[in-house]
Amino acid sequence: MTQTQNGSMERRIAEILIQELKLENVTPDTFDVTTDLVKELGIDSMDLTTVVLVLQGEYQVKFDEDSYPSLNTVRAIAAQIKQLQGAAS
Amino acid sequence: MITVRSLLDDAWYERYEKICNLNIRSSIYDVTNGCNLRCRGCFFFSSDEHLTGEAKEVHDWEGFIDAEMRRGVNLAILIGGEPTLHLDRVEAFFKRLPTFCASNGLIKVPRDRFPKMMVGISLWGDAETEKSLRGRDTFEISSKNYAGDAYTYYLYTITSQQVGRVEAMVRRIRDIGVKVHFQLLSNDEGADGFSWQPEQLADLRSEMDDLLDRYPDTVISSRYYHQVLTTGTMLGRRFGWEECPSVSETHDTRVPQPRRLIRFIRWSADLKTTHRCCTSATRDCSTCKDGAAHMSWIMVNKRAHMRTAQDLQNWIEVYEMFAKLYRFIPW
Ligand code: SF4
Ligand code: SF4
Repeated sequence: MTQTQNGSMERRIAEILIQELKLENVTPDTFDVTTDLVKELGIDSMDLTTVVLVLQGEYQVKFDEDSYPSLNTVRAIAAQIKQLQGAAS
Repeated sequence: MITVRSLLDDAWYERYEKICNLNIRSSIYDVTNGCNLRCRGCFFFSSDEHLTGEAKEVHDWEGFIDAEMRRGVNLAILIGGEPTLHLDRVEAFFKRLPTFCASNGLIKVPRDRFPKMMVGISLWGDAETEKSLRGRDTFEISSKNYAGDAYTYYLYTITSQQVGRVEAMVRRIRDIGVKVHFQLLSNDEGADGFSWQPEQLADLRSEMDDLLDRYPDTVISSRYYHQVLTTGTMLGRRFGWEECPSVSETHDTRVPQPRRLIRFIRWSADLKTTHRCCTSATRDCSTCKDGAAHMSWIMVNKRAHMRTAQDLQNWIEVYEMFAKLYRFIPW
């Protein structure tokens, strides 16, 4: 996968986070994909469950619930999706 | 964008970091339908929720608990009836996952069998109130059973008649080396003189704040919890059915669904029936004063508290209170 593809997936995940969690004063372009979602954005497991449901539909993957704690940045989520897509192909 | 870091100084951020990844998924289990007391105002008996059967074989409990763990539960809260009447069932939980056992304290949990299991002992007031509502002064017995126990606290359900008189019991609890946490009686059975008037709630809030300040080593609580519990409001929202986080997943038909405890179910002792919520289905949500439900209401609304530093600090204090009550962080 190219840098651009990485970037667009991260941008789309940021967009989903912003939409689903109604995050204010941030856009997909200004979202820092390395920001810790729990420690900095205050996202909790219910938020994450909401976001994961949307991501699973969009990317046709199934996250293992045990992996939730490691989904702590947009970048980590993108990496996890790619790994799951790779395992499925 | 508002971040946690932008709202907190280093000291508060450090406190936040200690709790933000706890990810507790609790459920409540009626260990038995029996009790060695019959308190007036007990939601369990007044709602007839004790009329389901009971799974008798420990083996069935063990299989059930294993399934609960697969469902993602990582904290078992045991209530009843009186769980200590069936220590084999309690042990089945305790051997498998972090367990909190509510009890009236009349039977001592043997510490050689249950080291470090959190025990919360119910207390409804001074000797006079206990005798009038519960038929006997349970503190007289529970204080002997649990004096100095580092894994026990009193869950003091304050009645409207205790307002102005809470300190005496706090002092007695301190004197036996145990902690105390407060909640309020919801008066499910409409006992005369035990319903709350607004001025009593305001007075009690000040009283609990004052006790927290003066007995910081004994009282596990927070001012914000007192505020939310006595006013029934949080961030301009009113507590009740539409907001309650402690509804069993199996009964939660609310649309839109509010923020809630993930995976939460309250199970009957038959291991098949699920009850509506952490208290009784017959309780009027608009007058519900359940402490745990109010505490959870605050906890599941973290991002709503990311408005100001003070709001987020309030949230942290309540989450710390919860984490202390279940010993996820030290007292
Ligand atoms: S001790 Fe608890 S379960 Fe038993 S009657 Fe009293 S309130 Fe109800
Ligand atoms: S009675 Fe209390 S705990 Fe139960 S659903 Fe109503 S508000 Fe929630």
